[in-house]
Amino acid sequence: MTTALIAEDEPLLAQALKAELATACPDLEVVAIVGDGASAVQQSLALLPDVLFFDIRMPGQGGIEAAVELADEWPSTQPFPALVFVTAYDQYAVQAFEAQAVDYLLKPVQPARLQKTIAKVKALLASRSSDMQPTLDQLRQLLQPAAAQQALKVIQASVGNSIRMVPIEEVVVFEAADKYVRVLTADREYLIRTPLRDLLPQLDAQVFWQVHRGTVVRSTAIETVTRDEAGKMHLTLRGRSDRMPVSRLYAHLFKAM
Amino acid sequence: MTIDWVNKLQNLLQTMAFSLAIATLQYAFTPDRPYAPPVAYSLAIGITIWFVIDMGRHLFASARETGWPRGVPGVLLVVGGIVTGYFVGTVAGDWLCRTFGWYGNLPPPDRHYELRSSVLITVLAGLAGSLFFYAKTKGAYLERKMGEAREHANESRLKLLETQLEPHMLFNTLANLRALIGVDPARAQVMLDHMIAYLRATLNASRATSHPLQMEFDRLRDYLELMAIRMGPRLKYTLDLPADLAQHRVPALLLQPLVENSIQHGLEPKVGGGDIAVTASSEPGSLVLVVQDTGVGNTHTVTPAAPIVTPAKAGAQGGFGLTQIRERLATVYGDAASFSIAHSDQGTRAEIRLPP
Repeated sequence: MTTALIAEDEPLLAQALKAELATACPDLEVVAIVGDGASAVQQSLALLPDVLFFDIRMPGQGGIEAAVELADEWPSTQPFPALVFVTAYDQYAVQAFEAQAVDYLLKPVQPARLQKTIAKVKALLASRSSDMQPTLDQLRQLLQPAAAQQALKVIQASVGNSIRMVPIEEVVVFEAADKYVRVLTADREYLIRTPLRDLLPQLDAQVFWQVHRGTVVRSTAIETVTRDEAGKMHLTLRGRSDRMPVSRLYAHLFKAM
Repeated sequence: MTIDWVNKLQNLLQTMAFSLAIATLQYAFTPDRPYAPPVAYSLAIGITIWFVIDMGRHLFASARETGWPRGVPGVLLVVGGIVTGYFVGTVAGDWLCRTFGWYGNLPPPDRHYELRSSVLITVLAGLAGSLFFYAKTKGAYLERKMGEAREHANESRLKLLETQLEPHMLFNTLANLRALIGVDPARAQVMLDHMIAYLRATLNASRATSHPLQMEFDRLRDYLELMAIRMGPRLKYTLDLPADLAQHRVPALLLQPLVENSIQHGLEPKVGGGDIAVTASSEPGSLVLVVQDTGVGNTHTVTPAAPIVTPAKAGAQGGFGLTQIRERLATVYGDAASFSIAHSDQGTRAEIRLPP
């Protein structure tokens, strides 16, 4: 029996998709319906379904971000599920799906289109292996920041009542922390409110590498990258003791020459 | 500043045609004298005046937008152009006629005798020409301004429609409707009725200027009902309109963008959802309308104190709705109305105060 998980925040739509799936593909069992990205990751890891239907816009974490997190946490012994994104109207995302050959459904879901998707999913499930590289490549492409913007020269961080101007050359790490982004320099730390995804297009991708969904590091500040027994990668920075996780998605950045 | 050289050439040719016409007129009054000298003088004077005024006007800062310097500088430019034109043009015309022998066998003009008439012609023609070009520049400027205003109005109407008929909202609502038709046709019908009322109000809103508060609240209910079906238990709402305020007229769909912002930026991103409360109340000296939600606290509108590195990015859509509200209030009530919005960890509270 093939198992599926539906992540959709609108209850009627989740039920409707479940019903449509029951008609279109009777041997597919929906094992869980969740309403937000974080639960989607959690339930997927617990139930290890074969197919995922992820809505793009969900409270908390969207479908694409949830898929990325899941790819990071997914046990390496298991083949990664077939991924189908669902959206009502997201032109940019749909273009990206087309470009990356990622399967997607448009709401309201049309039975004919659902049939096609199921055929594709079945073909994929028949041939899938535990090699996650193709999935990782696709997801990384989906996460590509929109067009690069003008390069940021200085970070303006508020410290008490004043604004501290931190030249970008001094910044070593940007790290997402709750509602803020921590900006680390060699000897100081600042908090700013601009989200990492807004900062990324303004950073020079040659200089600053995203190594995790919440971490962007100055490449020349990295000292070592090590892989532990479980296959997880960590990096250390020059002159700092803390270890930072490297996401599977960005592991391709580190190869011995 | 960019100079439109095609336009300059056009002005030069028009000036030359005008000068030629004056010379011809002069010749018509004195047919016994040769045609060449008045043509030479007229063209020399005309071109000099054109050169001084048409090129000179770009030196003035106030000419940057309208194409013509304002006030005293504008008058001085014309006077300067005419005086320069007269002296330089007369010398040039005289030189031309002598060099090419255009005076024929007649003696060169008696300066003293012709002074008055040539000064008069130069001044009149100079003024007429300047007036003509001034009107032309001004006309082009006004036309350009009108075009810009029209474009701006169209753009903002389109943007308004786009925010009101947000495709994401529309398709999600249709998807819900499609699902409901299968499982609960009666509820689907109710939902469709709300949607029809919402769409009708939205599409009419740009034409109607004001309507009673009761109608405003009815439209908010349509929208919130639609959203309540979509979001299920994640959305709870209350609408509180005292009976004595029900007939008070307000600009149509004034509160709509606030409620939409509360849903889109407040409750939809929040995993547990929350409440929206819309209340109308009367206080001494004002009618108070409040939209309050328990959402994430809209981060799309910039609070001035917060250090934002990318201000351009913030508040793209939410900002448009709020600007729209401020503009409408200013148009209808002037300074008598006020609008404020506050975000906190407990959610967002927007307040509009209208004169009673």
